[in-house]
Amino acid sequence: MELLSPVPPGWGGSLLRGLLSSVEIAVGAFGLGLLIGICGAYGKLYGGPIAKDLWAVYTTIVRAVPELVLILLLYFAGTDLINRVLVMAGYEPINISGLVAGILVLGFVQGAYSTEVIRGAILAIPQGQIEAARAYGMSPILMLKRITLPAMLPFAIPGLANLWLIATKDTALLAVVGFNELTLTTRVAAGATKAYFTFFIAAGALYLLLTLVSNVFIRRIERWARRGMPSTAGA
Amino acid sequence: MSMAGTAANPSPLAQDGAAEALHIESLHKKFGDLHVLKGVSLSARDGDVIAIIGGSGSGKSTLLRCINCLENPTSGVIRVNGEQIRLKADSHGHTIPADRRQIERIRSRLGMVFQSFNLWSHLTLLENVIEVPVHVLGVKRDKAIAEAQTLLDRVGLAEKRDVYPAYLSGGQQQRGAIARALAIQPRVMLFDEPTSALDPELVGEVLKVIGDLAREGRTMVLVTHEMKFAREVATHVVYLYNGLVEEEGPPEEIFGAPKSERLKQFIRSIG
Repeated sequence: MELLSPVPPGWGGSLLRGLLSSVEIAVGAFGLGLLIGICGAYGKLYGGPIAKDLWAVYTTIVRAVPELVLILLLYFAGTDLINRVLVMAGYEPINISGLVAGILVLGFVQGAYSTEVIRGAILAIPQGQIEAARAYGMSPILMLKRITLPAMLPFAIPGLANLWLIATKDTALLAVVGFNELTLTTRVAAGATKAYFTFFIAAGALYLLLTLVSNVFIRRIERWARRGMPSTAGA
Repeated sequence: MSMAGTAANPSPLAQDGAAEALHIESLHKKFGDLHVLKGVSLSARDGDVIAIIGGSGSGKSTLLRCINCLENPTSGVIRVNGEQIRLKADSHGHTIPADRRQIERIRSRLGMVFQSFNLWSHLTLLENVIEVPVHVLGVKRDKAIAEAQTLLDRVGLAEKRDVYPAYLSGGQQQRGAIARALAIQPRVMLFDEPTSALDPELVGEVLKVIGDLAREGRTMVLVTHEMKFAREVATHVVYLYNGLVEEEGPPEEIFGAPKSERLKQFIRSIG
């Protein structure tokens, strides 16, 4: 047990820092994915033919290729590409931090799934409510902010909650590119102490804890998003 | 008010000097090959209550929805409050509003009431009523709330201000939707079959509210199946048949002494 102590020589502090990194990446990636998802859903629903095709290519490819492959591809090829472009344009190559790269790569993947969740949720809004917003002179941006997003939220929450939980676990994939999130930290700790069982059980418990805490928030958000909808309980 | 598109017989109201609120001229609307409106004209002066009647598929709802470009007319002229809606052709050859800001501004002064109420389900009744004044028209929130209270009181829903639409009856929702329309201080109110989705016992409460508005001189265009009501409150009745104005005139003439054979038949069948 002293192996898990938060003060050295215990590894508990490292594990918690790993968890924190995982949460940071998950929050960033989920947020970025949400932004991409809103744009993607709008592009797919209301965009011109070219925008529709581009978004379709994006969601199809990202959802077709295994995430691990995408992460390796985007992480190494992506940073390489950015630096080549910078060098060609006459700038110094930059060192992209693992955190930023992780958020960008996972966010890019999340965005494809978010696009479909949000598109479905927007389609589930009773059409008359959108029409009323148009009939009263709302601009497209105002309508998005005041009507479309809040009205689609109750339909999107279950799908988005799934995506959030997937995001927390997908951070483990970043271990393969050497980013110090929870899984890599666990492996290092386990390798150094040979206490594989202890550390992986501990990591598992931390992932479970993250999910349980998430569930509390998700339930609250869902209750708030569904405030205008009669409860289905007992119906 | 006057009506072109039929025989040149200017309505007596056309000379009474009230300002023109709405003017439509040779309006056409095609959905693909389907020619729904085939050149309809009508105009309303301040205080006019125009009832549009007609059978299913006559184009009456489409006509109403073209006024605020919820449906874009294929061709024709629409003037609201003396301002003509500028239209242009898009890359597919469809007619669309040329200036988004103009159409948004015009829409924000046309109070539309829908058949299926269309209150925003994530907002309480009060929030529904103040939504457009606060976020589109830029009215201060306190002022908008005070006005909304008065309006909700007037449609008999003062107690329900913090209730979400899903928890209201159809009649209450429609009265709330009328309060939402009134809150923008509309130049013209547009009613699209406001009682067609209601249970029979709830129709009366909604018609009473609309009738009161008509009697206080609100300008309105009303698409309805309630012939008795149209006869009571309208200053002018337009009978649409197959995308054209078949007959129009004061309600006592339209219902009391219809000239067209189709209108006679329509009134018998409804009646």
